[in-house]
Amino acid sequence: MKLKWNNDPMKSPLGRARGLGSAKEGANHWMSQRITAIANIPLVLWLVFSIVSLKGASHAQFTDWLAHPLNAILMILFIISTFYHAKLGSQVVTEDYIHNEGLKFVKLIAQKLFFFGLGIACIFSILKIAL
Amino acid sequence: MTSSPEIKAKRPLSPHLQVYKPQMTSVLSIFHRMTGVALAIGTLMVAWWLIAAATSESAYNTAQSFASNPIGTLMIFGWSVALFYHLSNGVRHLFWDMGYLFKIESAYKAGYLVLLSTVLLTAGAWYLALAN
Repeated sequence: MKLKWNNDPMKSPLGRARGLGSAKEGANHWMSQRITAIANIPLVLWLVFSIVSLKGASHAQFTDWLAHPLNAILMILFIISTFYHAKLGSQVVTEDYIHNEGLKFVKLIAQKLFFFGLGIACIFSILKIAL
Repeated sequence: MTSSPEIKAKRPLSPHLQVYKPQMTSVLSIFHRMTGVALAIGTLMVAWWLIAAATSESAYNTAQSFASNPIGTLMIFGWSVALFYHLSNGVRHLFWDMGYLFKIESAYKAGYLVLLSTVLLTAGAWYLALAN
């Protein structure tokens, strides 16, 4: 599927090319992916260690653990860093493999909303337990 | 620019993925993407766990019983392998970003180290989980 603005017969070749070049946000995307990757290393190791020690924990034990400020803060940082990293990575995967312009457009927006929405839901849940 | 199907058919095609012999470096690269996608889907499990705990004790118990039934445990095991692989190979990527490990020999050595690290981290985490 071609998007409407790609085959407008009234457009000159220059008009078509304009706005189709670099969006000038590639460097920011690349750097954000690396920065979240670095942050993810200690956060993920902390989460794995926590999950291992929380194995079989009751609801009361789990909420007590998450109510500790250090755990709540680290959990929120974990959510922000990993969900943002996942958003950036899945965006590249979609851009590389989905060649149908319309589907790509919808999928990119859906992914953004998915990680933003799910991330906010997680942070709200952490705050509700911790506060 | 429009082109007739006949002209299009005569254009040379770049070799497709299946033409190449799979090499360790390319296989690890595609693993990195596959594990990344699996982990992105795994955010749902993390969200379920947190939202359930914030909702009620019974919602939390449902999530806990899913995690401890065989299918749930298998899924979590799969995610743990994906996580440790993506973590280890991600560190390899960060070394490349800093300009190291570009020689073919060192790219391979680091690749084997990633596989070893994945096995050791997975085994270590599950040993601690099961011994706990």
